[in-house]
Amino acid sequence: MSDDGAAAGDAEDTAASGGDDLRGNVGRRFARLPATAADREVEGRATREEVLDWWEMRFGVEPAAFDEYTFWEKGAGKIWALAGDVVSPIEVEAIGMKVLRTRQEHWKPTTDAVQRFGRDATKNVIELDADQARAFAAGEDLEPDWDGDWGYLIAAHEIAGGVEPIGVGLFTHGTLRSMVPKGRQRDL
Amino acid sequence: MEPLKRYRPLIDDFEAFLDACERPLSSAVRVNTIKADVDQVRAAFDEAGVGYEAADWNERVLTLDTDSPGTTWPSMHGWIHGQEEVSALPPIVLDPQPGERVWDAAAAPGSKTSQLAALMDDRGLLVANDNNLGRLSALRFNAERLGVTNVAVTNQDARNFSLKPFGSADDADDERRVEAFDRALVDAPCTCEGTIRKNPDVLDEWSLDHVSSVAGVQKGILTRAIQATKPGGKIVYSTCTFAPEENEAVLDHVLDMEDCRVVEQDVPMDHAPGVTEWEGESYDPSVAKAARIYPHHNDTGGFFCATLEVGT
Repeated sequence: MSDDGAAAGDAEDTAASGGDDLRGNVGRRFARLPATAADREVEGRATREEVLDWWEMRFGVEPAAFDEYTFWEKGAGKIWALAGDVVSPIEVEAIGMKVLRTRQEHWKPTTDAVQRFGRDATKNVIELDADQARAFAAGEDLEPDWDGDWGYLIAAHEIAGGVEPIGVGLFTHGTLRSMVPKGRQRDL
Repeated sequence: MEPLKRYRPLIDDFEAFLDACERPLSSAVRVNTIKADVDQVRAAFDEAGVGYEAADWNERVLTLDTDSPGTTWPSMHGWIHGQEEVSALPPIVLDPQPGERVWDAAAAPGSKTSQLAALMDDRGLLVANDNNLGRLSALRFNAERLGVTNVAVTNQDARNFSLKPFGSADDADDERRVEAFDRALVDAPCTCEGTIRKNPDVLDEWSLDHVSSVAGVQKGILTRAIQATKPGGKIVYSTCTFAPEENEAVLDHVLDMEDCRVVEQDVPMDHAPGVTEWEGESYDPSVAKAARIYPHHNDTGGFFCATLEVGT
């Protein structure tokens, strides 16, 4: 089970598979993202370039962080990152890690992607204190002091001498909503 | 305990063995080096006031003085994974390298899969297969929480595993096609006698019929692993059970049927050699190179582990 876990994820899976069209996304089939828009054959599919740009623009994660990765779409808009490469299309249960939800106005990273790649983030990272971090991990909403961008933020805290990402928060109107999926929430 | 009495002739200090089987196991975790190193995990437990002790054969395996490692920050961050100490052995014996293609034939729920990925520095291709879709979702959950990104997950019967999803003859010139693996782990489904310290009920359903039917499946999976591995490639066969029918007899079967041999292996835990005679049967002498790990040896669960090399 991937980021969205036992909560919303399965419903999303079903909806996305049901919406597949013949040219593009098919059930359990993963297709490698085109390098650039010029290489795009399936309408609406994100490109590798767009994915790298998005991580850099939103979180300041340098494209080099993904040099060894290929990106894949399964279902409409769900993007997976694989360290390495395989033939495309490929029909398997999963490849690599689900990292991103595209094909909507605001792209949404997964908790697992933010934990894996978010250490390199230089912006839109909100550092929580110990109590806030605990509440966030339990799935609770917060009202932190934050005068930066609205939208999806990386929520992080200090642990073992470093700042470590916990997950994704959605900041709007003064509230940070914890996007940590049910299966990943913890009472710490 | 009754079914275990048949192993009296195999085990040197049988009373110590039975005593150990009756002692519960403490909770162990493995440090997930994809996301953290041992020092970070130790520092985080120090901050949280959770005591720990490293296994004397592996600094990445820690025994904790809490019964709920899942409610700690290192777990939330995917820095650790709850895994029985002895079950961390087969991936270490297999010793997969970054960049290799590795098959985990019976992978769910993914403890050893994620350990293999960590040993590969999360590079190369790890194909994690299991025939049980429900258990596969646990594997996917665990792998993603632990930050594994070099895995492809498949849902096939390992006995007839097909590499077709990874490229067909049309892809003959495509270097991304996978035609065979460099290494394979067959951590086979088994009667799990060795987990008795964790699951005291495990022997309730024990029967010799069950042992023989599981042994049939084990032979099928190991045979397919030998066929799907490159000449000279390495396969680790492991179970968490004591029954020679599921261990040495399975090795003896594939030695007869396939081009492979049992090779010496480096097992950093106390163990006994594989048995070559059992209830009137005798096995190929090379099965003595296998390792039998009994609960009283290292104060762990029980395990069996052997290394095969595919013929060149």
